[in-house]
Amino acid sequence: MKPAPFEYYCPETLDEAVSLLEQHGDDGKVLAGGQSFMPLMSLRLARPSVIVDLNRVSGLDGIAANGDGGLAIGALTRQRALERDAELPARNPLLAAAVPLIGHFQIRNRGTVGGSLVHADPAAELPAVTVALGADFVLTSAGGERVVSAADFYLGYMATAIEANEVLTEIRVPAWKAGRLWAIDEVSRRKGDFAMVGVALWADMDGANCADACITLFGVGGEPVRVEKAEQRLKGAALDDATLKEVERIVSEELEPDSDIHASALYRREVGGVLTRRALRAAAERGTEGNGA
Amino acid sequence: MAETYIGAPIKRREDVRFITGTGTYVDDIKLPHMVHAAILRSPHAHARIRDIDTSRAEALPGVVSVFTLKDIGELDATVPIRMYKIPGLDKYLQPSLARDEVRYVGEPVAVAVAESRYLAEDALDAIDVDYEVLQEVMDVREAMEDKVLVHEHNGTNLAGVHHVSIGDADKAFAEADYTRREEFRVHRFTGNPMETRGIVAHFDRGKGELRVYGATKLPHLNRQTIAAFLQLPEHKCHFEENDVGGGFGIRGELYPEDFLIPFASVRLGLPVKWIEDRREHLLAANHSRQVTCELEIAARKDGTLLAIRAQIYGDMGAYVRTHGGLVPCSTGALLTGPYRIPNYQAKIHCVMTNKTGLGTLRAPGRVESCFYRERMLDMMARDLDLDPVELRRKNLVTPEEIPYEIGFTRPSAHPTILDSGDYASALRQALERFEYDEMKGIRGLQEDGRYHGVGLSYFVKNTGGLEPYEGARMVVGEGGGVSVFLSIAQLGQGHETAMAQICADALGVTMDAISVFHGNTDLSPFGWGTFASRGTVMAGNAVHLTALQLKDKILEAAARHLDVDASGLTLEDGNIVQPGTEAPALPLGELVAHMRESITPEQGVPELEATAYYNSNNITHTYGVHLAHVAVDPETGVLEVLKYLVVEDVGRVVNPLMVRGQTVGAAVQGIGGVVLEELVYGESGQLLTTTFLDYLLPTSTDVPPIDDLVLEEAPSPYNPLGVKGAGEGGIVGTAGALGNAVSNALGIEVKDLPLSPDRVRAWIRARGDG
Ligand SMILES: Cc1cc2nc3c(=O)[nH]c(=O)nc-3n(C[C@H](O)[C@H](O)[C@H](O)COP(=O)(O)OP(=O)(O)OC[C@H]3O[C@@H](n4cnc5c(N)ncnc54)[C@H](O)[C@@H]3O)c2cc1C
Repeated sequence: MKPAPFEYYCPETLDEAVSLLEQHGDDGKVLAGGQSFMPLMSLRLARPSVIVDLNRVSGLDGIAANGDGGLAIGALTRQRALERDAELPARNPLLAAAVPLIGHFQIRNRGTVGGSLVHADPAAELPAVTVALGADFVLTSAGGERVVSAADFYLGYMATAIEANEVLTEIRVPAWKAGRLWAIDEVSRRKGDFAMVGVALWADMDGANCADACITLFGVGGEPVRVEKAEQRLKGAALDDATLKEVERIVSEELEPDSDIHASALYRREVGGVLTRRALRAAAERGTEGNGA
Repeated sequence: MAETYIGAPIKRREDVRFITGTGTYVDDIKLPHMVHAAILRSPHAHARIRDIDTSRAEALPGVVSVFTLKDIGELDATVPIRMYKIPGLDKYLQPSLARDEVRYVGEPVAVAVAESRYLAEDALDAIDVDYEVLQEVMDVREAMEDKVLVHEHNGTNLAGVHHVSIGDADKAFAEADYTRREEFRVHRFTGNPMETRGIVAHFDRGKGELRVYGATKLPHLNRQTIAAFLQLPEHKCHFEENDVGGGFGIRGELYPEDFLIPFASVRLGLPVKWIEDRREHLLAANHSRQVTCELEIAARKDGTLLAIRAQIYGDMGAYVRTHGGLVPCSTGALLTGPYRIPNYQAKIHCVMTNKTGLGTLRAPGRVESCFYRERMLDMMARDLDLDPVELRRKNLVTPEEIPYEIGFTRPSAHPTILDSGDYASALRQALERFEYDEMKGIRGLQEDGRYHGVGLSYFVKNTGGLEPYEGARMVVGEGGGVSVFLSIAQLGQGHETAMAQICADALGVTMDAISVFHGNTDLSPFGWGTFASRGTVMAGNAVHLTALQLKDKILEAAARHLDVDASGLTLEDGNIVQPGTEAPALPLGELVAHMRESITPEQGVPELEATAYYNSNNITHTYGVHLAHVAVDPETGVLEVLKYLVVEDVGRVVNPLMVRGQTVGAAVQGIGGVVLEELVYGESGQLLTTTFLDYLLPTSTDVPPIDDLVLEEAPSPYNPLGVKGAGEGGIVGTAGALGNAVSNALGIEVKDLPLSPDRVRAWIRARGDG
């Protein structure tokens, strides 16, 4: 379990980093927290010939408010830093609740927000949450920047829109809507494991009825899965038992997960529905209290 | 200070180095000019090797050597069977490197040696093997049909069969009021010591001697095999274990790598290191469990047990390894448990498949048989409308019936005898401690939306014996310090502490005067090993006997020195005293100083040492109860263990802290095995669980509250100390108790494992209301 030979670079500026990537093309790979990438290299499942280590590049981490009340999160921000950000629960309670579900704190100490998003494990929390939140990803290359929405970024099983010469530099999360209901829930074999099934969702209410909603599941396909049919069913409806049961059924029907050694496709479909119902109920019961600005 | 060291809760001497990471494990051994080996393993479950080309690999910079079976040539050897040598099994042995076929994913094919492990692994990438892929067979039932053969030339996958026949089971079945037949299955999983296997072999060409570090569990036996393989005299091979990060039955057995690394060192004249990585461990070290059982029970209407019959199938994997037929045979050995079941018949099948070889894992076979039996008893209680506790109580062997001879349940010359115990007493205390009666109301759906259940299992577990002896040598030196040299190895349990306690009491010195040495074949020429919870029984009694002999020797020397009669002397806390007289105490250290400096020829020689062996084939049996309270989320199938109790009578406790550590650790391991762990094979015989991402061990965040109660009501009559082993009681009953608890919660009958959310959901779905 030792990596195949590779060349190692540790640039200190983003310019250097992207020009190295430009130079090495498909042979180059970016290293962030290493929590997913190092095991793949050690198992020789990944055999990059050039490693561009981002850990000494300055200016890639940090959590800032962006102009419209949303967040600008540097890609190299450690997951633990996000978790410990005292203002995050007020600024974006769904994101704040998602981060502690990633692995164990030792992993979050090293693992970065950008690494999780680019690694794109279909069962990971952050890709699903960024899709649910309508986040944008800033991708930087020697030629400049481009912005891709989270929804467009994920292209199937561990495939994303990022090019070999690009670095994810920033994640832009839109402002949290006042009064929004939200929840995240998952089932995993052990605490800290990748979810067998998980759901991240929010609902904006107009009085007793739902005006808008987003339901995104993870662990149930190659990428985060939005169940628009279930979202449609919620719109205009009260979050009562009958509606929630309906939504559960729709989610179960709509999902097309695969089986793996931890859970069958049938399990994932059923439990996807169950978790969605439970999350909606939890969101409704919690109400708007402590729901951010 | 307690009156005796035995029984005192003394912290382990090993703790500081184990807990602070300052031990010396095999990977800490770094020798001058040491090179590193990596092993090329088969990517196929079954294939013919047409050709191996190592030329590209050999040409790589930093590569010292690449060798294949051809290079081993006439030394070619197989992993020997050491136990449970059922006739026929010896036709299925594993060679050091695959001969003409590979038979499981992970089988060693070639070895690369290089200046670093990195380079050695690069070399593996450059070895070209031409395989002709053959059909594999992965399932025992299919294998029994012999359509696909794992070893073509043997003509069958049924490698061996063992019969047990006690009383007349068929007659009892014909006459019984009640019978039931069920098929149970325990899945494949294995032990994962924190420290994987590892070997540093150093052949000194000048001396013609081989030193092997990283040997453990059975250093003398492994030395015997490797010395013969390398055609070296045994006394010129030195096996050292260093510190060991756990064994669980897996680590320390003899494997192909144990041939290959010393071979490489002899061939190259260099120290060679190989450290197993976790992927290799999961692929290549022994797997365990995976025994299927068709079990039938016969009883009277009132619940009196009359007979059991069993067809037991062990999934042996591709080669029979050191343990022979142990795993399935041990399933048969104690299938009747602590109960009076006069008629017992079993047929045990050892069946070959294209998987990794099967070996022992903490309470091998006993975890399985306890699951089958205790599940069956709960089913029977339901059928006959009997209270499951009453049913068990009624059939427990009574103290009056003990020693209770079950009969010949093993392929061995010795019958299985339950040596001592008050089984009903342990049951009563377990129920009280668990508040079992108070918990009767909490079955089924509860307010938290989950189904709750309580499950009980009763076990007996053989400890000690199996191989006849262990020895100890004891030497008194400067200051009255006592060195104890053990023949037995240590896998991390705490022999350095427990053996010092036993020695201190028997010898009459303080514990801090004692140093314990172990795990080195230079310390004693013979020894067996650390398995079957035999350490304290075998080595503990050896230490006890040696200390008594040494004490006599010390007192005789003191008598000569003091010019008194030895019968008037005794040794207390390191002082030679003459009870009932005014004579001042003579510290042992002073006697030694005298003997060292000014002993006269008339007074003898300055030698205070003794060697003794404890030699006994008698097997002691611990017994006890596991109780579990579980809650199951019916919609997700997620199981939570809310409360867990292990009660075990170990005869006599040497160190309660260590026994508790063993019990709780074993229970955690057991629960992990029942709920989380599974070695899963997928398409074309590929092992899918080759990292800890997929092979799920319980971690500190998954451990439920575990209570334990250790009893000392029934010391073993078989050994001077009255001890029984305490390493496995915490695991034996886990599958039974959890299987019963989940069945009880959901009103279903659990017959196979693991209790994963996906399976639990499937059972609920099949129940029809979920
Ligand atoms: C035991 C364990 C449990 C875990 N459990 C979970 C879990 O429950 N949920 C979960 O979501 N994750 C889990 N993880 C994964 C963890 O979150 C990782 O930190 C994360 O997936 C990768 O982040 P990283 O910073 O370590 O990236 P790395 O491992 O360094 O990189 C991962 C991939 O992303 C690329 N990459 C990284 N950063 C950038 C960038 N800025 N621009 C372009 N490409 C980039 C790399 O080239 C690589 O391909 C677990 C990991 C472990 C070891």
